[in-house]
Amino acid sequence: MIIVFLKVINNKDRFFINNKIEKQIIGILLDVDWFKLLYYIYLEIIVGDKMEDEKKLSEFQRRINSGEVIEPKDWMPERYRKQLIRMMGQHAHSEYVGMLPEANWITRAPSLRRKLILLAKVQDEAGHGLYLYSATETLGVDRKDLLEQLLEGKAKYSSIFNYPTLSWADMGVIGWLVDGAAIVNQTVLAKSSYGPYSRAMVRICKEENFHKKQGYEIVATLAKGTPEQKKMVQDSVNRFWWPALMMFGPHDKESPNSAELMRWKVKLKSNDELRQRFVDLTVPQARAVGLTLPDPELKYNKERRSWDFGEINWDEFYNVIKGNGPMNKERIKARKEAHENGAWVREAAEAYAAKHKINRKI
Amino acid sequence: MSEKNKDSQWPLWEVFVQSEQGGPHIHAGSVHAPDPEMALQNARDVYSRRNEAISLWVVPSVSITATMPSDQGPFFDPASDKIYRHPQFYHVPKGLK
Repeated sequence: MIIVFLKVINNKDRFFINNKIEKQIIGILLDVDWFKLLYYIYLEIIVGDKMEDEKKLSEFQRRINSGEVIEPKDWMPERYRKQLIRMMGQHAHSEYVGMLPEANWITRAPSLRRKLILLAKVQDEAGHGLYLYSATETLGVDRKDLLEQLLEGKAKYSSIFNYPTLSWADMGVIGWLVDGAAIVNQTVLAKSSYGPYSRAMVRICKEENFHKKQGYEIVATLAKGTPEQKKMVQDSVNRFWWPALMMFGPHDKESPNSAELMRWKVKLKSNDELRQRFVDLTVPQARAVGLTLPDPELKYNKERRSWDFGEINWDEFYNVIKGNGPMNKERIKARKEAHENGAWVREAAEAYAAKHKINRKI
Repeated sequence: MSEKNKDSQWPLWEVFVQSEQGGPHIHAGSVHAPDPEMALQNARDVYSRRNEAISLWVVPSVSITATMPSDQGPFFDPASDKIYRHPQFYHVPKGLK
């Protein structure tokens, strides 16, 4: 009897017993009081919970479909929460690591004006990282744990920051292409279904426009400068164009998380759609300053009213993601050092806070 | 509190921003800080780099008591049975504004 009962409760994926013989056995067994009790407890706990979850899930999907915004305390499938933590964490790390390639040029900015602008931009990136860590924490994770994952190399960040910044022109091209690509991506994420994420995105988008414009100004200035300056900025465009296109991620059919994220309206446009939009926006901007984009297949398609472009070197893309990009190790090393070198500041702040607390009590 | 806590992320504070005179303080996000003073400074650096605030509040996150989504029904009883709370409930002579 116990064996039959165990068989029944082990079969958790089935709500009701369909097998005729099993039904008969259960019918007989239900006359036995203790079995009846166990059986009803089973129905109540296991089947009941499962039906409750299915109900919650379909209600959740209904809310998403009707455009409702999900807030931290609302019920959400565990998988939605996990996917958001992964995606928002990666996004936060990207802002954070994104400070490094640009900080590299602060001391060598060609004028005080450019230096002030670059300082403000790098400070913004730190701020963006903090908005995003704060938003991710609403899902029940600690910033500390997220940072640990980054420093241990367990969490990813945008592959673009694993390329080196070799010349001053890179500061312009990063603002124009990298922040430009980020804007295309983030404008859509600002309508994402998770409230704290979308609110952080709205704030970030407002500030990114300054980043893109200052970058484009540097590019335009160099493009109409001396032949050396023009050569320098063209070289920078040649190096950053393809990595910028890679920022949108793999093709839709290769992207493991896309379908689920779109069903939950975390993402509203696919990787390929966004990449196309970025290309269409950027080609005229390159032409306006007399720069060429390093893609021989770039051609206007009258039927699609869009620019056709060549295939990304996906081997390079996956190689950089795996940690073999030119700067992967350097970036993590710099982050670790910054964290360790800041230890005394954190200790001092804590000591001050403790002293303050005692004084307040008196 | 010393050695072990060296890499603590510090307590979490919720930040409320008043963006214009006479307006309400609106929740903007959160910051980590060891004390109220630094919480305010961090909040300024994170949430008001472009004059978004003329006043800031920081509140320890643990001090906030909030309703649960499940409260939506009974707790916020929409008072559909108290229609007399709305001006439309009342009849006044026609033509009177």
